[in-house]
Amino acid sequence: MIILEILSWLLLLFGAFLGISGAVGILRFPDFYTRIHAAGVTDTLCAGAILCGLMLQAGLSLVSVKLAFILLFLWFTSPTASHALASAARHAGLKPHLAPSREDSPSTP
Amino acid sequence: MILYLSALLFSLYGFWLLLSGFWHDSLLLGLGGVSVLLVAVLAARIERRDPEHHYLSLLVQLGAYWFWLLRKILVANRDVVLAIWRPQRYPISPTEIRLASSQRTPTGRTIFANSITLTPGTVAMEVDDEGIVVHALQTQAAQDLARGEMDRRVSRLERSAK
Repeated sequence: MIILEILSWLLLLFGAFLGISGAVGILRFPDFYTRIHAAGVTDTLCAGAILCGLMLQAGLSLVSVKLAFILLFLWFTSPTASHALASAARHAGLKPHLAPSREDSPSTP
Repeated sequence: MILYLSALLFSLYGFWLLLSGFWHDSLLLGLGGVSVLLVAVLAARIERRDPEHHYLSLLVQLGAYWFWLLRKILVANRDVVLAIWRPQRYPISPTEIRLASSQRTPTGRTIFANSITLTPGTVAMEVDDEGIVVHALQTQAAQDLARGEMDRRVSRLERSAK
């Protein structure tokens, strides 16, 4: 049981770290479109790690099943929301900041 | 149609049971059954105009695809988190590219676009009949998509549902 407890807390802390990373990314990235990518970290792995950690806390019960459903629906709906945002911004005429094309700049590693 | 309806009834009732947790109260079980039936009838009325009824076999193949996608998501998360915390060593290079998509059904195209958006670092901005306009945080992510492995896998998934 202590192993499950440790694993659960590792997952929760990992998820919290990813959530903070997403927030820092939203502050640090230059424009709207790049910030969506930072939010994507929070949507996918952060939510997944935290929910899996909570499932380990709940054990084999209906609570775990509900948590799994939450994760499933989140992973279905969050890309739809991101796409709706990006598409709306594009239709409103917001131009993304693009990196100079690879021909006239030294190649990135 | 009968197969579709019974599958819908079965999965909806299972879903209701798991969410409610009332396994023993026959009144509540009956009420759950009535609401499931209502939803299934409404869904069948909507689905009448939609010729795609291949979701059952799709579900079986979906497991393998999800496993592959999960690995992609893990790698993409690592790339984006590195770009967030170490911007000097892992600089961002926002890119916009147009991908050709080989899926033929709306379902297949939706799965492809959603998979692109679900992996951090790439977002599908525009979806039309010929392809998908993708915004990528790093050029490498765009090049990886342009190699077309995800497109092929989704198309294979789509064909298996026929």
